[in-house]
Amino acid sequence: MALCVELGDEISAEVNTRVRALEYLIQAKALPGVVETVPSFRSLLVYYEPEQVGFDALCAALGELAEQAGTSVLPPSRLVELPCCYEPEFGLDLVAAAERLRLSTDELVRLHAGAEYLVYFVGFTPGLPYMAGVPERIRLPRLETPRVKVPPGSAGLGGAQYCIYSVESPGGYWLLGRTPVRLYDPEAAEPTLLRPGDRVRMRPIDRAEYEAIAARVAARTYAPAIA
Amino acid sequence: MIHIVDPGPQTTVQDLGRPGQLRYGIPPSGPMDVRAFVIANRLVGNADGAAGLECTLMGPRFTVDNACAIAVTGAEAPVTVNGAAAEPWTTLALAPGDTVRVAATRVGLRIYVALSGGLDVPAALRSRATYLRGRLGGLEGRALKRDDALRLFPAPVPPPRRLAPSEMSAIEAEPEIRVVLGPEADRFTSDGIAAFLGGPYEMLPQSDRMGARLKGPRIAHARGHDIISDGIALGSIQVPGDGQPIVLLVDRQSTGGYTKIATVGSFDIGRIGQVKPGQRVRFRAVDVAEAHRLRAAWRTTLATAAGGPLAVAPAA
Repeated sequence: MALCVELGDEISAEVNTRVRALEYLIQAKALPGVVETVPSFRSLLVYYEPEQVGFDALCAALGELAEQAGTSVLPPSRLVELPCCYEPEFGLDLVAAAERLRLSTDELVRLHAGAEYLVYFVGFTPGLPYMAGVPERIRLPRLETPRVKVPPGSAGLGGAQYCIYSVESPGGYWLLGRTPVRLYDPEAAEPTLLRPGDRVRMRPIDRAEYEAIAARVAARTYAPAIA
Repeated sequence: MIHIVDPGPQTTVQDLGRPGQLRYGIPPSGPMDVRAFVIANRLVGNADGAAGLECTLMGPRFTVDNACAIAVTGAEAPVTVNGAAAEPWTTLALAPGDTVRVAATRVGLRIYVALSGGLDVPAALRSRATYLRGRLGGLEGRALKRDDALRLFPAPVPPPRRLAPSEMSAIEAEPEIRVVLGPEADRFTSDGIAAFLGGPYEMLPQSDRMGARLKGPRIAHARGHDIISDGIALGSIQVPGDGQPIVLLVDRQSTGGYTKIATVGSFDIGRIGQVKPGQRVRFRAVDVAEAHRLRAAWRTTLATAAGGPLAVAPAA
C-alpha cells in the first residue's frame, strides 16, 4: 500500500527541499510501518505496511513531520564533480542550442559548467538525476521532436531542468555534452551514482581526457570526485 | 545444473524482488503473480523467496543433470516430463537427464517453475530478480536463451505433494480488479470516472512487466492530462491524453507525469498479471479500509497455502 504526500504544486527548490526533509525525518525517526519512500519534485510517495500502521495514524504522523520538514533538518549534501566533454560529436545539440540562445558555444559551455545543480530526485530510468539550477540565460524549451535514442551519459537541458541520461533511452532535452562516468552500472555493488539532494558540477574535458576516463571507467578504476 | 533447450518467448529468473531501490529509479521486479510463485517454491521445499522462473505465454524446455524436484504453477499450460503428461501445482521428482517441457498457456499468461534448492545466480542489490530494462539481476540481466545453463543450490529432493484443488488459482475469463480511486481522480470528469468503472477494458499485446496497456471506453480528463512528475505506486493507473488506462506493474518506472485515476490493490496484481492480450478486465472501486481488509485476507490465505512457508530458511 502507498500514499502520496504533496507538499506543493510547483517545481521549486523550496518545495523539493521540504520533500527531501520529510523523507529524511521519516528515516531518522524510523517511522513504524513505512517500508519505502520515493521523493519527486513536490511530493513523497510513502509505501507502508497496513498491518503495522493504520492509514489514519500514518497520515497524522506524516502531517506532524511535514510541519517540521525544512532545510535545517537535512544533513550536509554531497558535491559530485562530473567530467563532461562538450565536443559537438557528444553534444549533439550544442551548436544549435548556442545559435538559438545567441551565444558562442564557448560561452554556453562556460555558463553550463559554471553552475551548480541540485538533484531534486532520481527516477524515470535507474540513476537518472532530475536537476535544477540551470542559469536563466541558457534555458530552452524542450526539443520539438524527441530523439528515439539518447546515449547514456548525455547531458541534457530542457527548460529549467537539467538531466544526465543514465541508460540509452528516448529523450527530448538539448544535448550539450557527455560524461564518460556511468550514472548507472548494473554490475557495480552500488549501481546508481547520484542520490536525491546531491549537488553536481560539470568539469569540461577534451576528447583525449574523455577517452582516458572512459577506459578507466570500463576497467572500474575511476571514481568521480565526491566531497 | 539445468540446461535450457528452448526458453519460450520470455522466461526470466525471479525471486521476491528488491524493494527499497525506487528512490534510485530501480523498480522491485519479482513475480507478477506472487501467490503462484510462492506456492511453487513451497511445493519443492524452498523458502518463499528462492529464485525460480517466470515464463510468459509459453514455458521452457529444459533438461536437468541432477536429481531434483520442480513444480509448475500459475497459468494453465500442458506440462510433460520426458514426453509424458505431468501435473501442475504438484511436486515433480526428476532424475538426471530428464527433459521437462511446458507448452503454451491455455488459460492465463504467466507460468512459474520452481526448482528445489532455487536457482544459483549472482544477487544484484540483494536480489536475484531480473529487471530487463535495467539489465539487472537474474542471468546477466536478460531473459533466458537457448543453451543457457543454470546452477541450483544443493537441496534434498522433497517429498511429493499435490496442492489441494481449492488452493489452486482460478484464472477468470473477465476478472474484476479492485482499485482505490486517486490520487488524481479529481482531474477526471464524472463521466470519465463512470467510463473507467463501467469498462470493460481489453489487454493490449504491448503490455509487459512494466505496464499493462488497456483499451476501452475513453476516460475524459477534466483539466489536462499532465501533472508535475511524481512517484508511481505498484498498481497505479495512469491515463495519458488518449484516455486509455495503463496499469503500472513490478518493473515500472519510479516516477511519471500523467494523471493517475486509481491504484490496483496489491492483492489483485497477480490477477491482472494473468490476463492475456485480447482478454478483458473490469474495475471496481473500494475504499482504503476495504482495501486493507482485502489485503489482510489475501495475506492470511497465502500464509497457509501449500502448508505455509518453510519454518527455517535453508542455509543457501
